[in-house]
Amino acid sequence: MTAKIAYDEIEVGTVLPAQTFPVTRATLVRYAGASGDFNPIHWNEKFAKEVGLPDVIAHGMFTMAEAIRVVTDWVGDPGAVVEYGVRFTKPVVVPNDDQGALIEVSGKIGAKLDDNTVRVDLTAMSAGQKVLGMSRAVVRLA
Amino acid sequence: MALDQSFVGRTYPPTAPYEVGREKIREFAEAVGETNPVYTDPEAAKAFGYSDVIAPPTFVFSITFRAAAQVVEDPQLGLDYSRVVHGDQKFAYVRPVRAGDRLTVTSTIEAIKSLAGNDVLDIRGEVHDEAGEHVVTAWTKLVARAAEEA
Repeated sequence: MTAKIAYDEIEVGTVLPAQTFPVTRATLVRYAGASGDFNPIHWNEKFAKEVGLPDVIAHGMFTMAEAIRVVTDWVGDPGAVVEYGVRFTKPVVVPNDDQGALIEVSGKIGAKLDDNTVRVDLTAMSAGQKVLGMSRAVVRLA
Repeated sequence: MALDQSFVGRTYPPTAPYEVGREKIREFAEAVGETNPVYTDPEAAKAFGYSDVIAPPTFVFSITFRAAAQVVEDPQLGLDYSRVVHGDQKFAYVRPVRAGDRLTVTSTIEAIKSLAGNDVLDIRGEVHDEAGEHVVTAWTKLVARAAEEA
């Protein structure tokens, strides 16, 4: 484990570099194949609307995978993540156009914990809505 | 109809081993847009102190969710999967998953609740490697939305 961020240099409130992740229908098809989650709500508009969704939605686990990148890109070593949890509060709606949707993720240090670990509180937004709640990662720093 | 509370604490048999492949990790990393070479280049992974490429943090869900299907599809439990949405997800890692791991998952029903007519099911998946060492625990909260009145 070789985190590039030193625990002693970090304070509660330290802001991590924010990132924006684009997601199109093609992204979702690719994620479906890679993850093995072929639920049609993630690729079939007709099906999604039949079950009461506004349109095709992104896999919650895709959003979860993107959000942690703000942490892993910051810390360098993804193996430094000790805990990671989210609540799926709103779906990321992905229209069938050239733009798709954007997932905007920001993070800041919520607490300094024992054993050189810190808690990062993440916020993930799409189309002005909070798509993840209680989104927290515990990371071990150098 | 509310789910049977007597299922709380029930543990299902461990799954057959899932062998984590380098190229499967690469495929997953590319699908989520990851560019960190620790996921794709064994030499880069060694520089981080790993014996082989590691998987992105959420990769293991593909394995634990497959294991949770034992619970979700248990006819005795009687969950209506067509009404299920993913509520919460959490992982606690002992170490990252890496290529070459042969992982088994043991799923336990931690809690069953009924909230406003919705069935809420908490499943814990304990992931172990071939040597029996604990790798990661995954907690998955599933919510089966109440059926509409006929």
